[in-house]
Amino acid sequence: MSRCTACELLRERFPEAVLAVSEFRGDTAVVVEKDRLRDVMTFLRDCEQTRYDLLVDMAGVDALSESPRFWVAYILHSITHNRRLRIKVPVAEGATVDTVSDIWRAADWMEREVFDLFGIPFAGHPELRRILLPDDFVGHPLRKEFPLKGEDFDRPFPVCLEEEQGTQTDA
Amino acid sequence: MPETRLMTVNMGPQHPATHGVLRLLLELDGEVIAKAVPHIGYLHRGMEKLAESMTYPQALTLTDRLDYTSALSNNLAYCLAVEKLLDISIPKRAQYLRVLMAELQRIAAHLLWVATHALDLGAMTVLFYAFRDRETIMEMLELVTGARLTPSFIRVGGLAADIPDTFLPRVRAFVADFPKRVDEYETLLTENIIWKKRTQNIAPLSGEECISYGVTGPVLRASGVCYDVRKAYPYSSYEDFDFEIPMGKNGDVYDRYLVRLKEMRQSNRIVGQAAEKLPAGPVSAADAPQVTPPPKEEVGRDISALIRHFKIMEQGFKTPCGEVYASIESSKGELGFYFVSDGSNKPYRMKIRPPSFINLGALPKMIEGQMVADVVAAIGSIDIVLGEIDR
Repeated sequence: MSRCTACELLRERFPEAVLAVSEFRGDTAVVVEKDRLRDVMTFLRDCEQTRYDLLVDMAGVDALSESPRFWVAYILHSITHNRRLRIKVPVAEGATVDTVSDIWRAADWMEREVFDLFGIPFAGHPELRRILLPDDFVGHPLRKEFPLKGEDFDRPFPVCLEEEQGTQTDA
Repeated sequence: MPETRLMTVNMGPQHPATHGVLRLLLELDGEVIAKAVPHIGYLHRGMEKLAESMTYPQALTLTDRLDYTSALSNNLAYCLAVEKLLDISIPKRAQYLRVLMAELQRIAAHLLWVATHALDLGAMTVLFYAFRDRETIMEMLELVTGARLTPSFIRVGGLAADIPDTFLPRVRAFVADFPKRVDEYETLLTENIIWKKRTQNIAPLSGEECISYGVTGPVLRASGVCYDVRKAYPYSSYEDFDFEIPMGKNGDVYDRYLVRLKEMRQSNRIVGQAAEKLPAGPVSAADAPQVTPPPKEEVGRDISALIRHFKIMEQGFKTPCGEVYASIESSKGELGFYFVSDGSNKPYRMKIRPPSFINLGALPKMIEGQMVADVVAAIGSIDIVLGEIDR
């Protein structure tokens, strides 16, 4: 395994929070204890030797057969050191993850997307609501048990007249 | 003191300047924007869910429909991620052709951008000039791929086919001609006093704000931060080419315009170099017979080649268990694919990192406190494509 400064520093600073470090095809991934996520992320962003200042992407994954069921992956990039790192957080069904939207503003929409498609709530998020799907959508489509065609594909659209329903429910 | 009341105005989802179906909920204090809330998802097709039910070669076709102004770039990003998962190497000729086509596609996407962005701000002439040149590129790409909008030409393991003989002479003619064309657009806009008044100091973002919001691509570089995936993590032999990363200073709409125009000149240089240095050889990976179908002539003669062809087309191929992330610099920013594989022939999870989606997240920050008339300039300057935002 090639040397990874961030992994060594994390192991040193948060020995109990780093659950595993793996490398595959040159990508380094660190599995981190969910409750220490914010400490780890703040450290990775602010420490001189790591400086992961860009949150590239966030992805939820439903590992149906595993326990805990979900994980959330954070892909980080350091513009100063030109390095990439992936942080993974295991999340049990129904558990919440602490928001990182105040550490990186980019996480605001990314967390909304993970919440929308997986139903993983983020504690402390300023405005956690659906982003890609309509507000009245039922279910979280990227969960593995959600059928590919959806649950209502063969049912007609309900007709909602404004005078019957009162005002429209737009934000 | 009279009471201040904010007025709420809906912009979109059907508005010509939103480039698709973007809805903005604007709270206005007179003509000044107090709050802006983007509403997206009108074009959501559930691509990430669909991909989980498709084999790897099938899911490639979904990527054409992401950023539909640069389908070949999306193909490239997808293939690079799957190839990283498979750990196969691509022959040089295919790599150079991928670069050549991705850069042509970038020029075409930027031309479409300059055309519509200028049109939004009232400079209609630019559209006719830009579309003339974009058409030249589209015809060249059609010559190679057979399609204008949905080529699916870059395949896992290489390319769908080699280029026809008539392609390179046309590319060379285009490369020689194109710098003059960019000069023409610059004559129309760069020193145009109306253009400058509508774009300078409009919707500015500082470098730190861009980084915090995850903004990438020309918008980030216009704010003076040097991050380009082509230089940071060179893929597909970009390290063999000589090009510069244009940068801006003020991070306003005008600087984003300048950065993109300079990028077109740089892309043109790369296209020229790729056409000159193009090596001979095969266009699909020789060491991966389970991934690349046999040549067509062989399929007609040899029964085992025919079987292999159908096996790949029907069942795809299996990938090793693991997770990878690979990304490219598309015309909008960093376009990445994150794959989780369970060892089967279908992606267990495919996460797309769409640059437009994340760049659009910074729009409220850009326009709050600005005038309502400048919203159009701000949206145009991010260069959003809703197919990619909504997926």
